[in-house]
Amino acid sequence: MSETLKHIVNYFSAPEWSFTIFSVLFIWALFQRWIWTRQGVIIAMVAISVALGWALQDANFRVTLLKPDNAPIFLMIYLFSFFLWMAMLQAHNNDRRMEQRLPPEEKETSDQKTWVWPDLVYIELLCMILCTVALVVWSITVRAPLEEPANPANTPNPSKAPWYFLGLQELLVYFDPWFAGVVLPSIIVLGLMAIPYIDVNPKGSGYYCFKERRLAILTFLIGFFVMWDFLIPIGTILRGPGWNVFGPFEEWSSHKVVALTNVNLSEYVWVKAFYPLGQAIGWEWLAQGLPATDGSLSLANITRVFKKEFAGILILAFYFCVLPGLLARGWLKDFCERLGFARYSVAIFLFLTMATVPMKMYLRWLVNLKYIVDTPWIKF
Amino acid sequence: MPLEKPKNTILESQVKKSIFRVGIPNTDRKRVLIVLGNVFLHLHPTKVRTSGVKLRFTWCAGGLAFFLFLVLTLTGVLLMFYYRPTVDLAYPDMVDLREQVPFGIMREMHRWGAHAMVIVVMLHMFRVFMTGSYKPPREFNWVIGVLLLVLTFLLSFTGYLLPWDQLAIWAITVGSNMAKATPFLGAGGPGAEFLQIGGVPLIHPGDDARFLLIGAKELGGITLNRFYVLHCIFIPLAAAVLMAVHFWRIRKDGGISGPM
Ligand code: HEM
Repeated sequence: MSETLKHIVNYFSAPEWSFTIFSVLFIWALFQRWIWTRQGVIIAMVAISVALGWALQDANFRVTLLKPDNAPIFLMIYLFSFFLWMAMLQAHNNDRRMEQRLPPEEKETSDQKTWVWPDLVYIELLCMILCTVALVVWSITVRAPLEEPANPANTPNPSKAPWYFLGLQELLVYFDPWFAGVVLPSIIVLGLMAIPYIDVNPKGSGYYCFKERRLAILTFLIGFFVMWDFLIPIGTILRGPGWNVFGPFEEWSSHKVVALTNVNLSEYVWVKAFYPLGQAIGWEWLAQGLPATDGSLSLANITRVFKKEFAGILILAFYFCVLPGLLARGWLKDFCERLGFARYSVAIFLFLTMATVPMKMYLRWLVNLKYIVDTPWIKF
Repeated sequence: MPLEKPKNTILESQVKKSIFRVGIPNTDRKRVLIVLGNVFLHLHPTKVRTSGVKLRFTWCAGGLAFFLFLVLTLTGVLLMFYYRPTVDLAYPDMVDLREQVPFGIMREMHRWGAHAMVIVVMLHMFRVFMTGSYKPPREFNWVIGVLLLVLTFLLSFTGYLLPWDQLAIWAITVGSNMAKATPFLGAGGPGAEFLQIGGVPLIHPGDDARFLLIGAKELGGITLNRFYVLHCIFIPLAAAVLMAVHFWRIRKDGGISGPM
């Protein structure tokens, strides 16, 4: 019974499954008022603990958990779940109040003042003491990791970044380092900074709510919980030697070989589509197969690169240059008018860039797509 | 009360008054004065919006981020007394800290505190987002906050190398290899090969973004030194300055946010 369950968990923790299940459940749950109640959080905390406790019976999972510096991830899971509840409880509560034409709960005391001394100072003192106690207990019970002395000749497999960057490292499976390691993090930082200037909705300032700011909250929470936080345990717990996927109860074997069958878009176009088509209708130009290219900067070669990658280039050009315009006239017309041209351009660029992440993940899972555009100089 | 007299003698004594100026803060006037007269407390206004004091509103996350920063500064300074940032000594110093200090938990406090700070700062950002507290007039303080988030990650990242064990150098190898892929500025990044004069590349492993980060072509003693200085001096100072701005701005922007 337990073994069967472990097999099922192993199977469904593969990123294509767990990511899908988590995102769907997460987004669905945000809208369910009955989840964000006191009973809800108790059940959730107990469920997480029971699941972890059960998983810890397994020797392989214990090995993963006890790897140095994995403890904070479990702290993160608990704290983030708890405070997600804390925020959503108050958000739905205020939504309900505003449906009944009452002001948000915070309003009841927001016009009153409290003395910093002694009220606030004591709250702060209490928080500091609790935090200190927790930290001291943690420090006494768990030793800081110290591995073998540094040895540049001995590369551990897998080599992992510090845990909070493992979501980004996970994205290296789907993107090249220039994007996942440099450009995307920069866009995340700049995008975060841009939030107050893009979000022109005056509502929901200074109190919890959900209904009045659905778009903003959904975008942020999907970025924060699904794309950043959820990928951290994936990168930590499920990625073993060779950065292959291992279920939480599977032993990390360095002999696991996973066939790499990833295919570029250009190959789909020239080899899998145009070639048989050209043969069938007897048009040789179509049936030429993948145009051969090299790294040289001659005009002839650049032309060949463009020819080979034309589909991907067109798709990206459409996605980043044409689509925003189309959306501005159609679907997002109101949104665009509210924001004005400059804000809209920045916002839509950030949305679309953010969306490339799950899109490329799913293209990999569904059709083994490797690169949309694969030139000798830059690959995406 | 029998102890009233000695208590008052102590609390109203010249020594106590010279330090705290105000006696027992039992009147509103004294409550104001005690906050204004104390350099630490006067980060606060004397009165705050009641809704903003509630734990369920702020989770005290920003406050705890700051507190953890202080804990890390203190434990970090203590660690600096023992730790020497060289390839030969760093690891043995770690072993000594672990084995020669009875009941020593400074390394633990520092390491777990650092992880906790990363988590707490992310939580604080989440809370600020959920209460819409980045909206006018607090836009700029959110921007400062994002910079603080980046600095928090960088503090933790640079500290990660210092034990100079396998965990440390390989985590930093993975991280710093990313710099190699920086467009135009990393030797392996897209576009770098175009930056050349007469066939001589301008961007190569001896001068690219990764070299700037680790100070050499491969991780080594100079990297350790560089990360040590960044970790112990440069980034904490930068973070302290930004925190000062952050706190100043909270007050200038009208205190903790609340509904209009
Ligand atoms: C080292 C990191 C940080 C420290 C020490 C810090 C500290 C604080 C403190 C003590 C407060 C007072 C209210 C509270 O405790 O919630 C505060 C408020 C605030 N913080 Fe931070 N913070 C940090 C990072 C951030 C980040 C990452 C952001 C956002 C990206 C941010 C944005 C804000 C904003 C907008 C406010 C005003 C909130 C309001 O008025 O309700 N801070 N911060």
